[in-house]
This record gives sequence, structure tokens and C-alpha cells, in this order.
Amino acid sequence: MYTQGLDQKGQADSASNGAESPADLDAFQKRIDNEEKIEPKDWMPEAYRRTLIRQISQHAHSEIIGMQPEGSWLTRAPSLKRKAILLAKVQDEAGHGLYLYGAAETLGVSRDQMVGDLLSGKSKYSSIFNYPALTWADIGAIGWLVDGAAIMNQIPLCRCSYGPYARAMIRVCKEESFHQRQGYDIMVQLCKGSDAQKAMAQDALNRWWWPSLMMFGPTDKDSQHSAQSMAWKIKRFSNDELRQKFIDATVPQGEFIGLSVPDEDLKLDKKTGHYSHGEIDWQEFIEVIKGNGPCNKQRMAKRRKAHDDGAWVRAAAHAYAEKQRNI
Amino acid sequence: MTNKEWPLYEVFIRSKAGLSHKHAGSIHAADDQLALDAARDTYTRRSEGVSIWVVRSSLIVASDPAEAAAFFEPAKDKIYRHPTFYEMPEGVENL
Repeated sequence: MYTQGLDQKGQADSASNGAESPADLDAFQKRIDNEEKIEPKDWMPEAYRRTLIRQISQHAHSEIIGMQPEGSWLTRAPSLKRKAILLAKVQDEAGHGLYLYGAAETLGVSRDQMVGDLLSGKSKYSSIFNYPALTWADIGAIGWLVDGAAIMNQIPLCRCSYGPYARAMIRVCKEESFHQRQGYDIMVQLCKGSDAQKAMAQDALNRWWWPSLMMFGPTDKDSQHSAQSMAWKIKRFSNDELRQKFIDATVPQGEFIGLSVPDEDLKLDKKTGHYSHGEIDWQEFIEVIKGNGPCNKQRMAKRRKAHDDGAWVRAAAHAYAEKQRNI
Repeated sequence: MTNKEWPLYEVFIRSKAGLSHKHAGSIHAADDQLALDAARDTYTRRSEGVSIWVVRSSLIVASDPAEAAAFFEPAKDKIYRHPTFYEMPEGVENL
């Protein structure tokens, strides 16, 4: 389950429709400030609704596309146990996508609309899933780093002001720690293995480290749209704060198993207890978001094909339901 | 081939005998049986339930949040319905 700078895109649609009185807006903000939860049929500013629809649907799309990098290893898992575990994890991702689509639908957008926007490319998903899972160690790195970063992002979302999103996140977070642990477990086992296995683990860490840091979205300096999401309590911590938490938690986990993150500028500040890190390649991030990552085209093509190939199943279920009604 | 969206169902789960069913979320399904199957796969992958209700969302009748203040107002001024309304004399027991 993965969010990332999803509140960054398309803020142009936050223009209000003009029918919202200052008194309504004030009353709404007061509810938010009092830590009241907003529920589906409550009055809400149009911009709040749209921000949430965009963020939740893109979060859902990320779960659905997120099944692909790991799904590609289901038939190649090194043992039956690993295969069963990976299958359960990938199934969880599908489930997370469904919880989230359900939460977004409470805001008045239909499932078909959201799926259509994903398939047409109008709606985005997390950039991280446009990187390939080249070796079995990547499955370890994805669980450990990608799900780890996702947890950092999602725990504060459990307190999001919009009730259905917060409830979906609570459910997701409960399941997510299994994902992170199974990933770290793969890395632990590889690091206990042969030199070649350990090198494979280090190589996977090298490739996934920077993209994982990018999952938190642009730096606070460049993240101009965070302020409104913070005021609405959709977002509770800034991108840089969450990124810092992730680095502080993850670097020692790597060291524990003899792996080092690929950042020559990484330094622990003994006074603050925080790591300072090297420059993130934001140009790469922008390119991947724009559709020029290593796997963007492949991911979308596969999703579209799955949707098309499933059309007869959807139609058959419909026809059967229709027939039952007419008996 | 029809491309109509499957109807929406709300899912309620009893986590164990002795507790009520509680709203878990929603799913889309073509019919009632598929709705139960989908609800099981989506909401009880870790044995979260011993019983599931699914009901078409369109069949739920709900109070209007915009009218909530007026709708629930009659209960507001009846604080004598709560035991704390009554001051008990010092020293009296088992009350």
C-alpha cells in the first residue's frame, strides 16, 4: 500500500465552484480543527472532496499496479513457502486497492470512472512501481523498503480527517507490517547465505534505495500544495519529515545485516540522532512521473490487457445475475 | 456484452460470536452470492469474521447529516435520562 506525493498532482482542480459561503468554509475548518471526522454525506468544500478523490483513487491505483513487480516472481519464488507468502502479499495489495476504491466512492465518484482514468493514463499511480524487480532479492528489497516507506506514509493517514479513508488506512496498516517483515526476512536470509547471495541483496538495496526515498514526494521547499492538505488534516507530516523518519529507521536495519545504503554523503548526526543524506535525483523522479521510467509502458499495457481479458467474466457474471432475477 | 457497473454492497462482519455485526466497508458484485464471496476475500483474509452480512447499498435508508442537529435534538434536553443527573445523599450505598 503506497502513497507518495499523491497530493501533489493536479491541484489546479481545487478551484472552488463559488457557491461556498465563507461561513460554510469557516464552520468546516472549525470541525477539522476540533479533530472531528468528516463523513461521506457531510457538507464539505468541493476542493476538499476533489483533493481526496484524487489522492485516494491514486492510492488505490498504486495498490493495483503495485501487484505487478512482485507478481512477476510468483512463479519463480525459490520455495513453496516463499511462493505462498508472496501470493498472500500480492493478494493483500489487491485487497488494499479495493478498500481504497470503496473509500473514494463514498465521495461520489464511481468505480468505473476511477478505473477508466487509470487505464486512460489520466490518473497517476506511485512512481515506485515503474521500476523492475530483476532478482529474487528485489522481492526482499520491495517489502523492506517500499512497504516500509509506505507504512511511514500511511500511519499518519490513519488519523486523516476523512473517516472512510482513515478507516481504510487502519485496516491497511495492520496488514502492511507483515509485508515489511517478510521483505526484511528475505534480506536476512540472503545475507546469511553465500557471497553471491549477499551481493544480490546489496545490489537490490542499491537499486531500490533512491526510488524509495522519492516515494515521499518532492522536498518541502518544492511541495507547494502541502499546506492546504495539512490545514485539512489530510496530511499530518511534511514529505521531508516522513522521509527523515524512514531513513533514520531503515539505515540501522541495513547495517544490522551487513548492508549499506548507496549514499556516500550519508552521515549520522550524533547530536540530533538523525541522518543527513545526499542529494536526491529529482530529475529522475520527474521523468518517471511523466511516464518515462523503466517500466511505465509495460505496467500500463499489462493492466489494460488484464482489464480487457476479464471483460467476458464481468459480462458473464452480469448475465447470470440477470437470469437469476428473471426466474 | 454489457459494461454496466456491478451494484455496490455494504459489508458487515461479526468478528466473533457474542459481538454485533459491524460495518467493514463495501464491495461491488454482480449478485448476492458473489457479494458474499468477494466480502470474504476482501475483508476476512485474516480470520476477522465468523459471519458476514452483505446488503445492497441502494437499499439502506439513512438519516441526513445536514438534518442531524434537528433530528437528534429531542434527546438533547433530557439529561434526566442519565443516572448522573441524580445527586445521591452522602452515605447511601449500592446505588
